[in-house]
Amino acid sequence: MTSQAESRARFGVPADAMVFARSVRKSYGSLDVLKGIDLIVPKGSVACIIGPSGSGKSTFLRCINHLEQLTGGVLLVDGEFVGYDLRDGKLYEVKDSLLCKRRADIGMVFQSFNLFSHMTVMENLIEAPTRVRGMSVAEAKASAEVLLARVGLSDKAGRYPRELSGGQQQRVAIARALAMNPKVLLFDEPTSALDPELVGEVLQVMRDLAESGMTMVVVTHEIGFAREVGDDLIFMDEGVIVERGEPREVIANPQSARTREFLSRVL
Amino acid sequence: MSLVEPKNTTGLPLDLPVEELVVVPRRRYGIWIGIAIAMLFAFFIGKAFATNPAFDWGTAANYLFHPSIMRGLGKTLLLTVVIMAAAIVIGTIIAIMRVSPSAVLQTFASAYVWFFRGVPALIQLIFWFNLSLLFRTASLSIPGVGTIFSVNTNDFMTPFVSAVVALSLCEAGYLAEIIRAGIKSVPHGQFEAASGLGMSYRQILRRIILPQAMRFIVPPTGNEAISLLKMTSLVTFIAVDDLFYTAQSIYARTFETIPLLIVVAFWYLFVVTVMSIGQHFLERYYGRSDRRQENPLIRLLQSLLGSRKGSVQS
Repeated sequence: MTSQAESRARFGVPADAMVFARSVRKSYGSLDVLKGIDLIVPKGSVACIIGPSGSGKSTFLRCINHLEQLTGGVLLVDGEFVGYDLRDGKLYEVKDSLLCKRRADIGMVFQSFNLFSHMTVMENLIEAPTRVRGMSVAEAKASAEVLLARVGLSDKAGRYPRELSGGQQQRVAIARALAMNPKVLLFDEPTSALDPELVGEVLQVMRDLAESGMTMVVVTHEIGFAREVGDDLIFMDEGVIVERGEPREVIANPQSARTREFLSRVL
Repeated sequence: MSLVEPKNTTGLPLDLPVEELVVVPRRRYGIWIGIAIAMLFAFFIGKAFATNPAFDWGTAANYLFHPSIMRGLGKTLLLTVVIMAAAIVIGTIIAIMRVSPSAVLQTFASAYVWFFRGVPALIQLIFWFNLSLLFRTASLSIPGVGTIFSVNTNDFMTPFVSAVVALSLCEAGYLAEIIRAGIKSVPHGQFEAASGLGMSYRQILRRIILPQAMRFIVPPTGNEAISLLKMTSLVTFIAVDDLFYTAQSIYARTFETIPLLIVVAFWYLFVVTVMSIGQHFLERYYGRSDRRQENPLIRLLQSLLGSRKGSVQS
């Protein structure tokens, strides 16, 4: 039995689950950041995670692509542990090459863009496809041009990141993640570092992506975006999921007092 | 042409004249006094150089391209290049060990830097030269097979090899610190973004971290190369026939000490100047992603005339 099939059977993972989390815990020393997260993000859906800072939402996102290692619990992406193989009921840490291969399928967009500052926009986009996937430069450039057109930045291919506005940089970062053709895209507060008038252009790109059927997990403060685009709204506080539901429903009629209080302050 | 129209927000009539005002620069008496003193010094030094016959410029000029001097200069350049290349390789390895997650490797690397930066280069040099006092022979034996090879330490530890080994190890200690600081200066987000894209640790170091660290590594490394060039004159002590040693052996015979020291100083200065120009272009290359359009001539004039940054901005 393959590791993937064994995990699916053992944990009862639904066939359509892209991200599957069961009692995910994470602590730094004595500080418990995640205290048991249970969540299923179905394929093709958009899950928006909101919550006050320090609630653990970014940490959870970074656990999904194994930038942080879990302290306990089970976290599967497309039925697979990212950093481990399950054999005979034990988790074996995988070797780096396999970890890289699996991570390449999970795109991530950061609050601070993190474009490679010594490379042009085009070089940023073709770096991982050519180095990690072994794509030819010509092929990678051709698909990068399509992606740049998609985020509306065809004319910036030869520019360096610092010559672009924050909104443009974040759109390049999204294109860079898409260049790996990921199964799922993680967004860590993608608009929090932007000037207010640049937020819209990034959200528009994300909206288009959601419509194209991309599976997305979005940590955000943009309640409006969550309401319009999200299939699920998850409210986290103090390392647990306090409330989860259909976004309009949660925003209009929050069940928990803590959610009500938070929403009243951000809306 | 702009689509934005300026709006009068003051409520004052727009036809009131606004004169263009003339800016009168502040008087900088301190700088003028400084210039006067510097000029005076320059005059006395120049006069001494020109009139004191002991400098014996004619003799110096005769020795400038002397074949032995040329051979010595060649040896000095060879030493600098070989030592710098070896030190960059060793220094990079030590730096990567220092930023590695393993505490053992970190400690090993710290101990390396502590030792090789702490002991004076001259002492290390003489130590390696006298390695045969510690180990008579270097040999490789495998039990049951016998001795694979065995050589006398003195046969391979020639003065040149001792110089290369000693100064490479010493210089690597300094370079390791420079490279480590460069690696640390690259924001952690770059590492995370590359990991998220599935790049391996090696790829991230080589393609993402080191190229960006270069901007911080190149300027101090250029300085290191320049001081290494001069440091190689220490090999005179173990009789490697470099530039300084050659000049010494000439003036030991002819007693033309000052002219030959002038020749040596000239060649060191010449090479340092060439290296500085090379360093300038290297810095430009690695800083190309954040260069602004700036006229270097204007910048040079600004720094010469002491005008403060910002006062001449358009």
